[in-house]
Amino acid sequence: MESRAILFAAVAFLAVAAAAPALPAWLVSLATVAFANALVVLGLIILWRAGLMPFGQALFYAIGAYAVALVGRYTGVRDAFVMLGVGTAAAGLVAFVTGFLLARYREIFFAMLSLAMSMILYGVLVKTEALGSTDGFHVETPTFLSYAPHGTAFALALFWLVLAVSALAALVAAAYFRSIAGVLAVPIRDNEIRVEYLGISVTRLIHLKLVIAGVLAGLGGALAALSIGHVDPAMAYWTTSGGFVFVTILAGASSVAAAFVGSFVFELVRSIAVDLLPGTWQLMLGAILLLTILFLPEGLGSIASRLRRPEASKP
Amino acid sequence: MLTAFAILTDGLVYAAYLFLVAVGLTLIFGVMKILNVTHGSFYAFGAYGAATAVGIYYDRGLPEAGGFLFMILLAMALGLVIGFVLERGILRLVYGKDEVVIVLVTYAVFLMLEDVITLIWGPRSYGAYQPMIAAGNIEVGGLVLSNYDIGLVSLAAALAAFGYWALKYTRYGRLLTVVIFDRETAAAFGVNVTVVYTVTFVIGAMLGALGGAVMAPKISITLGIGVEVIVLAFAVVAIGGMASISGALVGALIVGLCRAAAVHLVPQIELFVIYAVMALVLAFRPYGLFTPAQPRKI
Repeated sequence: MESRAILFAAVAFLAVAAAAPALPAWLVSLATVAFANALVVLGLIILWRAGLMPFGQALFYAIGAYAVALVGRYTGVRDAFVMLGVGTAAAGLVAFVTGFLLARYREIFFAMLSLAMSMILYGVLVKTEALGSTDGFHVETPTFLSYAPHGTAFALALFWLVLAVSALAALVAAAYFRSIAGVLAVPIRDNEIRVEYLGISVTRLIHLKLVIAGVLAGLGGALAALSIGHVDPAMAYWTTSGGFVFVTILAGASSVAAAFVGSFVFELVRSIAVDLLPGTWQLMLGAILLLTILFLPEGLGSIASRLRRPEASKP
Repeated sequence: MLTAFAILTDGLVYAAYLFLVAVGLTLIFGVMKILNVTHGSFYAFGAYGAATAVGIYYDRGLPEAGGFLFMILLAMALGLVIGFVLERGILRLVYGKDEVVIVLVTYAVFLMLEDVITLIWGPRSYGAYQPMIAAGNIEVGGLVLSNYDIGLVSLAAALAAFGYWALKYTRYGRLLTVVIFDRETAAAFGVNVTVVYTVTFVIGAMLGALGGAVMAPKISITLGIGVEVIVLAFAVVAIGGMASISGALVGALIVGLCRAAAVHLVPQIELFVIYAVMALVLAFRPYGLFTPAQPRKI
C-alpha cells in the first residue's frame, strides 16, 4: 500500500514536471506559488495532527521571504540554492527561539500567541523605512548554479526547483509521520498527560514540530519571494496566516499529498474566482470553506480514503 | 506634564474603544467558547449602518441630538438581525466541533460578509462625522478634548458597570454564569442552553455593531475596517483571559494606555506595541490575566 502510494506520487511528479513546458505561463507561475504555499501548509498539518493550529505562521513565511530579498539586496549572492538556504535557516532559527515559549501553549492561547508574534513582525516591517515600509521591495532574480535564465525559462526553472523541493519535503514529512515522534501526534492531541506518563517530553516533541513547521514555512516563503519577485509586510499579516489555516482545513490532515492538492486547488479557485467574480471572490471562498467543514470535516484529502474504504472493508 | 495628561486622556479614549469592541467578543467566547472572527464584520456593519443612518438623518435636517441615537439604534438592529441569522443558520450546525474548526467557520463567514458589505455599500468610503461635530469641544487643563470622546469613555464605563451588574444580579446573568461554568450540568438542571446560546450570540453581535457605530464618527469608514479591528480585539481579549468581562476591561486599559504612550513618546513602535504587550502578558500568564486555574484532566 505504502509503496504504491509513493509510486503513484512519483509518476504524478514526473508527469507534472514533463508537462510543465507545454503548460500556459500563468498556470506554471500559479502552480509555483501554490506549491511554495503548500510547504507552509505541510508544516501546519504536522502541528494540526497534534491539535495545534497557529494563527501566525505567516511570521516564518515572511522571515523566509525577507531573508531571501535581503540576501539579493545587500550581498552579491544570486544563487537560488544559497538564497533558499539562508531564508530557511533564518526562519528555522526564529522558530527554534520562539519555540521555547510557544511549545508551552495549547489550543486557543497557542493560536493567539503565535498571532501576536506575527503581528509584531508586521508592525516592525511596516515601520522600517530601510525595508521599504508598506511597499516592501524588489527581489533580485536568482541564478541556478550559474545557469541564469530569464522570462519564461526562468519561470520554468523555478517551477522545477519548487517541484523538486516539494517532492523532497513530502518524502521527509511522510517519513516523519511514520516515525515515533510523528505517530505520537494523535495521542498528544487526545491526552498529553498520558503521553507524559510514558516518559516522553511533550514540550520537546512539540518544540520539534514547531521547528519543522517553521523551517517549511520559511522555505515556502523564500520560494514564494523568488517566484513573485517582491516582498511586502502583508506577507506577515494575519490574513496571510488565515489563508494557510484555510487551506489546511480544506486539505485535511489525512495525507502529505493533500497539502499540495489542496493548495493548488485553493490557488486555482481563487484566481478563477477573482477572474469571474471580481467583487465577490471572498464570498465564494468563504462558502467553499464553510461547505467543506460541514460536509467534508476531514478535508478534501478524505475523499480519496473514502473511495478506497469500501474495498478495504470487504472480508 | 501636559504629555502625561495627553497620554492619559488618549489612552482612556482608546481603551474605551477597545473595550466596546472586545466586550461582545468576550461574552461570546465566555459562554459559547467560540473565538468569533465574524466580530470584525459586526463592527464593520455597525459602522456602515451608522454612516447610512447619519446620512438619512442629517439630510432631513432633524434636530442634531437625535442623530446619535438613530445611528446607534440602526446599527444595533443590523447586529441583531445578522447575529440571529448567523447563529441559527450556520453556527448551530457546528457546535461540538473542535474550537479551532469553529474559528475557521467564523472566518469563512467573515470572508463572505466582507463581500456582502461591498455589495451593499460599494467600494467607496463613508464619513459620519456630524454627531462628533455636534457634540463640540471642551478645554481641560490646556488640552482641547472632544465631548464625543468623553461620552465614549462614559459609555464604555457604563457598559462595564451594567455588564457586571447584569451578570451578578439578574436572572439571565445568573443563568449565563451557570452555563459558562458547566454547560452540561446547566442543561441537566433545566437551563435551556440553546436559547442561552442564541441570546448570547445576538447580544454579542449587537455589542460589536454598537462598537462600530460609536466609532463611525471618528474614522473613515472604508473597506477592510473589520480586518484591523478583529486582531486588536483578539489582543485585548487574550490579555484579559478570553472569558472575563473585567479581564477585557483591564486588557483594554493596558493596551489603550500603552498605545497612547507609544504614540506620544516613540511613534515608531506604535503599530506593534499592542502585540508586544500581548506576547509579554501571555509569556508570564499563559492563560491571560483573569483566568482561574483549571484542573488537570488525566
